[in-house]
Amino acid sequence: MDKNIKILIVDDFTTMRKVIRNLLKSVGYENIIEAEDGAIALRTLKNNEVDFIISDWNMPNMSGLELLKAVRADSELSKTPFLMVTAEALQDNVIAAVKAGVSNYIVKPFTAEVLNTKIEKILETL
Amino acid sequence: MDVRFINAFLDATENVLKTMAFVEPKPGKPYLKKDNVAKGDISGIIGLTGDLKGSLGLSFSEGCIVKIVSNMLGESMSGIDNDVKDAVGEITNMISGVARKKLEADGLNITAAIPTVVAGKSHSIVHVLGGPSIIIPFEIEEGPFVVDFCLDNVPS
Repeated sequence: MDKNIKILIVDDFTTMRKVIRNLLKSVGYENIIEAEDGAIALRTLKNNEVDFIISDWNMPNMSGLELLKAVRADSELSKTPFLMVTAEALQDNVIAAVKAGVSNYIVKPFTAEVLNTKIEKILETL
Repeated sequence: MDVRFINAFLDATENVLKTMAFVEPKPGKPYLKKDNVAKGDISGIIGLTGDLKGSLGLSFSEGCIVKIVSNMLGESMSGIDNDVKDAVGEITNMISGVARKKLEADGLNITAAIPTVVAGKSHSIVHVLGGPSIIIPFEIEEGPFVVDFCLDNVPS
């Protein structure tokens, strides 16, 4: 599995971005950039070759779901794998994310191993 | 006091802190709290609505939260700063999410607001319903913390 992929972490909580970055590093991913909300993430995606997006669901300005829809609607970004991070796996939210084209979702709290498995399973389907 | 709520918040707290911060807090005996004074130096509070109404708070002693956040971030924290405040909000959010998922299995659909964080000695935790609240005390080697919740069928 390619550990050199560039991963974008999107979360309004600084600490959660750090936590996810540390978890990713612990399983071998080093090429990581961050954005603090969906709107900033979209600008970041336009200026960087991002291979994988890990985004929180609940954010101000532009939510994870809104970011997902914007990514899927953009011809240059639409194929980018998108892992949604949620604090709860509410059925309505999951359905909305699947309809919008999410690659998979992960419920907080999670370990590095669980995160790595989610990423690898998504990458295997590409 | 509905034991389902105590079990849900207790299990969620242990789960989140074990997974994210690699600590295993020891729970104490739950009790009723009748005032608004926080038990710790920094607290996260989140409003709950739906089949249950009220609020959930977590209140940490400084030594305890410094240890927890240091473990979460993989870097040594020296005291309560913006990163620690940010982490308390996220921990509160996560514990709320895990507990609500457990209660959802009992047929209780609950949604949560955005958490707020308050710091300082003897600050207040003002619950949506006013109180009294249920306290679940916990202890780690570096200090105590409590789960402090007040829901619509907590006995007055």
